[in-house]
Amino acid sequence: MSDSTKSISPPPRVLVTKIGLDGHDRGSRIVAAYLRDAGMEVIYTAPWQKIEAVVKLAVEEDVDVIGVSSLATDHLLLPDLMAALGEAGFGHVKVVAGGIIPDGDEAELLRAGVSRVFHPGSPREDIVATVGDLATQARAACANG
Amino acid sequence: MTDRPAAAAGGKLLERLLDGEPAALAKAITLIENAGTGAAQVLAGIQSRLGHALVIGVTGPPGAGKSTLVSALVGELRRRGKSLGILAVDPSSPLSGGAILGDRIRMAEHACDSGVFVRSLATRGHVGGLSSATARVVDLMDAAGKDVVIVETVGAGQSDVEVAQLADVTVVVCAPGLGDEIQAIKAGILEIADVLVVNKADLPNAERTVTQLQGMLSLRGPGTATVPVIATTATEGRGVTELSDAVEARAEALGGSARAARTLAQIRLQIADSAAELLRRQLNDSDDDGLHALCRSVQRGELDLENAARQYLSGYLGNKA
Repeated sequence: MSDSTKSISPPPRVLVTKIGLDGHDRGSRIVAAYLRDAGMEVIYTAPWQKIEAVVKLAVEEDVDVIGVSSLATDHLLLPDLMAALGEAGFGHVKVVAGGIIPDGDEAELLRAGVSRVFHPGSPREDIVATVGDLATQARAACANG
Repeated sequence: MTDRPAAAAGGKLLERLLDGEPAALAKAITLIENAGTGAAQVLAGIQSRLGHALVIGVTGPPGAGKSTLVSALVGELRRRGKSLGILAVDPSSPLSGGAILGDRIRMAEHACDSGVFVRSLATRGHVGGLSSATARVVDLMDAAGKDVVIVETVGAGQSDVEVAQLADVTVVVCAPGLGDEIQAIKAGILEIADVLVVNKADLPNAERTVTQLQGMLSLRGPGTATVPVIATTATEGRGVTELSDAVEARAEALGGSARAARTLAQIRLQIADSAAELLRRQLNDSDDDGLHALCRSVQRGELDLENAARQYLSGYLGNKA
């Protein structure tokens, strides 16, 4: 299928969500719209998700990428999310974070397995291309695993 | 389709699916949606395991409160001990192909309940209120052992009646105050209703809407099944017990799965839909020079679409004949 130039590969499936207690969802809405306009299928949730709920959702929706928006230190929950995804057998799913994330924390998130951290001012093209590439990687990892 | 590693992988997935493993169900849905390698094998493998689930279709105009009502209905059916699969269909953008799938927002109450499996489907260019894979995804959920499968359509217009073909019980939801509410559900969509719901019954004019609907139903000829009209306020859970009772009563009256009682004419239409989808994919993926030539002729204005399609089909079917 991959060598065909006419077949449009199935759209990437991306979860855009917020975990923790902060409800500022302007950023996640904008990113969700970016990804939709780039031809992706975006599962969008309200803020305040529990990690347990995010993992259940990622499994049921068979998403390739999870984007977590964090503006008020909720990104510190991401290592727990990474561990929970692994336990659920969905370690192939790629996770990106965006928002207000201090440089010191970024290194920690990357060590925990987060694929990419987007800071304020990240260009739309960069977000869309990165998420698209990660979705391709996630699918390949899943097919080989 | 016939290579051995793919067959082995498909077989393993099938086994896990039939055991009811959520991750396997999710992967199988993706496989069917994308018509991936092994999809045909999985579909063949589940055929003997179908017919357990009660399939409820929920449709109605945008903003009637379908997702909220489904969430309330799920809560009630969970209290009655049922396991549930929910398919929430949302539209794909005809321009970008992308979609925002947001029906889960209204189902947050069940976000951590392992007895509820929710999958969002984008229409991917299909019209009629569903995606082209929806009927097959319902079968997957049935085979995975769900007691009830609820299919929530996109906000449907007057003729998006496809859901009735795959549901045992079709619930049509409307709300007062959506302009002319009767306009929104006249003709086709009213005819497919097994149960009618007037949601947002706390709004003014709800009673009037109920009366109008009952009036319209009374105009139907003798011999047509009785269609209950139920007022609900889904956000408060009001009327949901009555709705669940009405759905279960209807299911009981059908005596087992209505899908098992599909007429040959319905089955023929479903085969036609599947064939059209296969043809669409093949055509899209084909490297046929004749097809390229047809496209160029249409672009130059030498040929219209209808005749281009006929020419392609006559060549295609001619080769097969």
